[in-house]
Amino acid sequence: MSALFEAVDVTKTFGGLTALQRVAFGIDGGIASIIGPNGAGKTTLFNVFTGLYRPDGGTVTFRGRSLVGLRPDEITALGMCRTFQNIRLFANMTAAENVLVGMHARIRLGIRDVLARGTRFRETERGLWQRAAALLERVALRGKGNEVARNLPYGEQRRLELARALASEPALLLLDEPTAGMTQSEAATLMALLRRLVNELGVAIVLIEHNMRVVMEVSDRVTVLDHGEKIAEGSPRDVQANARVIEAYLGRRASATRTAP
Amino acid sequence: MIAAATAVAFVAVSSAGVALFPRSILVFLIFQGSLLYAYVARIPGWLRATLLGAALLVLMPVIGTYNGYYLEVATQVGIFVALALGLNIVVGLAGLLDLGYVAFFAVGAYSWAIFGSPQGAVLFGGGPFPLPSWWFYPFLFIGLSVAAGTGVLLGLPVLRLRGDYLAIVTLGFGEVIRVLANNLDKPINVTNGPRGITPIARPPLPLEVSYAVGFYFLVLLIVLIIVVVNRRLEDSHIGRAWEAMREDQLAAQAMGVPLVRAKLLAFASGASFAGVMGVVFAAKQIFINPESFTFLESIGVLAMVILGGMGSIPGAIIGATVVTVLNLQVLKGLSLWLNELKNAGVTIFGYNLAGLPTQLEPAKYERMIFGLILVLMMIFRPQGIFPARRRQRELGDR
Repeated sequence: MSALFEAVDVTKTFGGLTALQRVAFGIDGGIASIIGPNGAGKTTLFNVFTGLYRPDGGTVTFRGRSLVGLRPDEITALGMCRTFQNIRLFANMTAAENVLVGMHARIRLGIRDVLARGTRFRETERGLWQRAAALLERVALRGKGNEVARNLPYGEQRRLELARALASEPALLLLDEPTAGMTQSEAATLMALLRRLVNELGVAIVLIEHNMRVVMEVSDRVTVLDHGEKIAEGSPRDVQANARVIEAYLGRRASATRTAP
Repeated sequence: MIAAATAVAFVAVSSAGVALFPRSILVFLIFQGSLLYAYVARIPGWLRATLLGAALLVLMPVIGTYNGYYLEVATQVGIFVALALGLNIVVGLAGLLDLGYVAFFAVGAYSWAIFGSPQGAVLFGGGPFPLPSWWFYPFLFIGLSVAAGTGVLLGLPVLRLRGDYLAIVTLGFGEVIRVLANNLDKPINVTNGPRGITPIARPPLPLEVSYAVGFYFLVLLIVLIIVVVNRRLEDSHIGRAWEAMREDQLAAQAMGVPLVRAKLLAFASGASFAGVMGVVFAAKQIFINPESFTFLESIGVLAMVILGGMGSIPGAIIGATVVTVLNLQVLKGLSLWLNELKNAGVTIFGYNLAGLPTQLEPAKYERMIFGLILVLMMIFRPQGIFPARRRQRELGDR
């Protein structure tokens, strides 16, 4: 039983296709990875967790509160935030503005403050911009605050998306393939950053990853999905040795002829 | 330095020109051009403010006493600037394509028209109608609220719609409001149908100037307030949420932007500007009927926003000015000039213009040329005259 986040028996079907079949997943802290071949249902699981999809069965609870039926923005306000597999930045806004939008759920200003533009508004706004600068610095985007997001190189866009998600002050961060398209060394740098976030901010992180080296190095726990079902879960070492996992990734013949490492 | 001197000289010479030739549209256009130059030139901020302030507060009223029509043009420009700024919030910032925007203008106009004219007595079977003219001022707020409420009412059913679908629904909504205005003369006579409502009371003005000048100042003041409100909304978490919604609705929601509230707020704010200006418009015209609120008006305001540059406050202002001046002066002037040529029997390429068939009347070119300008503009400068520029901030991280 995980106190922070717990999903039990999550089932999701699209028409006749069962995308998720009674999947259970929980996290209390640290970094957990969800891996699996293409089409295994990893992103669908994220979409259920963050309120984009409503599960057809099962429960999802965050800090003891059910998330089923809540809107994505309500879930973000509770303290969960995500990034997307295909980067979804606000392309025509600056990097700093992207981060500021991430803070939306935490801003306690009404329209009256905005129109009056009194000291309360100005001080809050100044604080927000300072926090945005600090967050950009944290993801190594110092000095890029005024750049339009669209013009940033790919790797920086990925890191900006991370900063934007962090801006909502999440207790749980869901990252959908954060190292996609990165070189091995870029990926390693990002993983070191994630580790620091866990240690310094106490944020728990769930990763969807394809880069096996990254997964095995950084994860505290690994969950393997295949065809919408959880086929293995445990420490990276256990999962690597699991016969069903090898089969899912390499096919039946390969696993039969493969000798144990 | 050179730019500053040029700007001052340009404004001074052109305004003197208007004083010398109060009948020449060309000279008045040059005067407007000088203001535009003062606005864009690289001159110190205080000089820009002084020049534009002097032009709008002193020169324009003085010019208006020479030629009242110019003041009428300026007042109309002000009304359309407010409309363009309102639509700019909905379309430019929040990215919700609204093709029925003039409906909110109509709602504001009718709210004052009914109560500020004998129509109120027709509707309620007696009563203190028309209301005393000072009621105009409370009605600015009533028109604002009614329009904002109508905006929310339109917003609620279309929350799930996006892009083309939203455009079609808002188009239908605009038509519904116009048709209602056209037909609500029975069973209860609310709007007096196609005959329209007249006379609508004009507000008492506290200034010791001619009524037209006073009204011009009133419109200027309201536009100024709208610009300030617009800037404050844009430069806050509300404006950023609108833009995020425009860029990527799904990501915006995932980052904690409540879409329903953000959209309704966008519709309501945009509508409220139109509502206020509707009240002003009704008082200015004294007479309104459904013909003032056609689909073409909605498209006209949209053209202003797009021509000026979507999501940009200066863009909306310039767009509204250019389109209004084009319609009221440039194209009119052009067709008058062509008419003169025709009447004088001038020959071009061996063809006598006097023999022009009536189907080719110069007046008929107005719309065509306007359309041509829009097409050329979109081909050569699709981002508009003043595209939205990202605000550069000192982040204290360099």
